Amino acid sequence: MSTATDHGHDAGPGFLAHHFDDRSQQREAATLGMWAFLATEVLFFGGLFAGYAAYRFSYPDAWVEGSQHLSIPLGTINTTVLLTSSLTVVLAIEAVKRGDRRELVRQLLFTIGLAVVFVGIKGYEYASKFAEGHVPGSAFHLAHPHNPDVPVDQVELFFVLYFIMTGLHAFHMVVGIVLFGVYTWLASKGRYDEHYHTPIENIGLYWHFVDVVWVFLFPLLYLIAP
Amino acid sequence: MNDSTPHEHAHHGPSPYVIFGILLGLLVATVAVYYVDLGTLGLAVAMGIAIAKAGLILTYFMHLLHEQPLTRLFAASGFASLAILLIILLADVASRMGT
Repeated sequence: MSTATDHGHDAGPGFLAHHFDDRSQQREAATLGMWAFLATEVLFFGGLFAGYAAYRFSYPDAWVEGSQHLSIPLGTINTTVLLTSSLTVVLAIEAVKRGDRRELVRQLLFTIGLAVVFVGIKGYEYASKFAEGHVPGSAFHLAHPHNPDVPVDQVELFFVLYFIMTGLHAFHMVVGIVLFGVYTWLASKGRYDEHYHTPIENIGLYWHFVDVVWVFLFPLLYLIAP
Repeated sequence: MNDSTPHEHAHHGPSPYVIFGILLGLLVATVAVYYVDLGTLGLAVAMGIAIAKAGLILTYFMHLLHEQPLTRLFAASGFASLAILLIILLADVASRMGT
């Protein structure tokens, strides 16, 4: 593949694939592809939000009852953790644009740490749901209902959506942790600099998107006022 | 090595710390609203705050408005499709209320 017009791909950080005219075209193609993926993600989660909306309007009392069995303090802490991880991603991208690789790796490690804290708190919440019998299935029951008039199977439906929506979100978090691990390793080897850092920008877009999903999940699941 | 695009230059918008502070303020607001009895307005206020937070993240963290028009069109297509889904679905649900 070594021709006169070869742009020297695989020539270390900042390489340009031979099918692009210049680096800005290459970067725009990658960003466009990332947003195409995120548009499908909007609809992936969107279908669940649509199902949530339809059943919330059909069974408003069951949604209030179910929400009261979730911990607002834990949900608030997790929202803070996730918003903070979005900030560290922004700081990581600013660092690599300055060519500061040490700061890039540091901020990526902060991000991974915050993501692990989020998933850990989520796991603790799931464990208490299993212990309390709030997991949909034959063992589902409400030992201490706030409103005994609400049919239990409607509350169970709330928890079906709670587990699928937060579960799909937590899955995205775990995928993000693995990807951040790979990029942190590559960054520590000097793969990214002020000229080439599109992969860091794109994992950042993914992470902010996961944050946006949680921004909607938190009030819709945890904060349903009676 | 110098063919970087305008996108790659630092954006001279507000500091990310300022945006982060506003996001935390909106988080406090959405939890506070829960403890204030707003009746049926509660959901609308909570969604308004969530949309504001999402808008800040999309604008200042994801720099969506600085991307090329085609990228913005792709992003908008996802949200527009979701809006169509929600509007038609909820119109159907609303029309069956009380029957």
